[in-house]
Amino acid sequence: MGDTMDEMEQNVLAYVTKEYLEEDDDRELTVDTPLISGGIVDSFSMVSLKRFLEKKYQIQIPDADASADAFDTVTSICAVVRRFKPS
Amino acid sequence: MAFSQAARDWYHRELAGIRDAGLFKEERFIHSLQDADIEVEFPSGAKPASVINLCANNYLGLSSHPEVIAAAHEGLKHRGYGMSSVRFICGTQDIHRELERKLTAFLGTEDTLLFPSCMDANAGVFEAVLNEQDVMIADRLVHASIVDGMRLCKAMQDTYKHADMAHLEEKLVEHQDKRFRLIITDGVFSMDGDLAPLDQIVALAEKHDAMVFVDDSHASGYIGKTGRGTQEHFGVLGKIDIITTTLGKALGGASGGCVSGRSELVEMCRQRARPYLFSNTVAPVIVSGALKVLELISASTERRDKLEENTVYWRKLLTDAGFDIKKGSSSIVPVMLYNAKLAQDVARDLFAEGIYVVGFFFPVVAKGQARIRTQVSAAHEKHHLDRAIAAFRKVGAKYDILGKTKADIIAKYGN
Repeated sequence: MGDTMDEMEQNVLAYVTKEYLEEDDDRELTVDTPLISGGIVDSFSMVSLKRFLEKKYQIQIPDADASADAFDTVTSICAVVRRFKPS
Repeated sequence: MAFSQAARDWYHRELAGIRDAGLFKEERFIHSLQDADIEVEFPSGAKPASVINLCANNYLGLSSHPEVIAAAHEGLKHRGYGMSSVRFICGTQDIHRELERKLTAFLGTEDTLLFPSCMDANAGVFEAVLNEQDVMIADRLVHASIVDGMRLCKAMQDTYKHADMAHLEEKLVEHQDKRFRLIITDGVFSMDGDLAPLDQIVALAEKHDAMVFVDDSHASGYIGKTGRGTQEHFGVLGKIDIITTTLGKALGGASGGCVSGRSELVEMCRQRARPYLFSNTVAPVIVSGALKVLELISASTERRDKLEENTVYWRKLLTDAGFDIKKGSSSIVPVMLYNAKLAQDVARDLFAEGIYVVGFFFPVVAKGQARIRTQVSAAHEKHHLDRAIAAFRKVGAKYDILGKTKADIIAKYGN
């Protein structure tokens, strides 16, 4: 997937890696790595990710759309962002 | 029928799902006082077994101390059983305020307010002192009650990686546009037993104009040279703006909690914290027992000193036996097993050997971090710990985990 990542996916993946992985964590995250169901991000710490997306892409994501399912992978997160981002 | 068959079926399926996931919790009935030696009925209906308790928060062994029990009897006799009122109507006795004053002196703060539990203190405190102009920045491993309390508060929420000071500083810089910043942490983390670096946290708070909140429930009474908690251990007594703690662990183990700290913040809780406003406070019998606990531990450090010795001894026994334990100095000593089923199997076998411990696994701890959490008490004598390690060695040998690294255990059992 790495070769086909677009800029948004790259940005989100970089943020998630920096924000949620410990320094000694050698897991390699991809756009399809389950973040919430995989135990990497929990609902408590997810708020900073939502805020990052809103600031970076100048959008408002309603809480109902920032569900654990919708935010489970970088791919699905980017789909949410695109829905709320003016084209 | 209001509770329809469809509703009943749904709850049956939900409960079955909890069972299937291995997350179904069952109580074990104790037929004795809470102590180092207890009588436990498990499974339900079985003849009670005599076991050594290695999973209570009874750090100072005061839960069934004769002087505490006697003081509770006196409280019952002179101040009655209940108050039948919230604090601000007619639910405050002289001894409630006396306990608040004594806790203030013990914790080295400006004022204290009792709550029915520390869960309630944490549920109410943030909403009472912060609003939408502020930000709460919490360690990611704080207790569930803090997470719930933060969710009830309108201030912005943020988190930092566990005990990661560089990450905390990034967040403090990021949120300089907020009116108030509140750093939120446990003093001793309940699952790992490690201590939050409060000296560094206070330094960052001073550098970036933030307040500091510490839940010291697993520390009050025994961490620090005189048991005043994590703030004493790190030499920052008087520098923590809000401390919450419990009377339900080292400090007698009955129930009740408090918010202690800057007088204005405590007063805000008295005016606005909903669990304080809309619930009866701690019963007189518990207040009397807690006053005795504070008297005992203020007069002598003997019990916390003994706990410290026991903890060093127990950590050495486990290490020498070849168990993989979380390093640290607190009396919470997690034995790492990494696999949820293995943690449950080892706990079950230890119970059969007369040692009462519990396995913890996801979602209580992170995935792949399953463990048995052992907790040492001043009520333990060396012979308790010697008997416990003999059982641990026997069960550890059965599962071939002695002397094995994390990688070895995961290779054998998965995680």
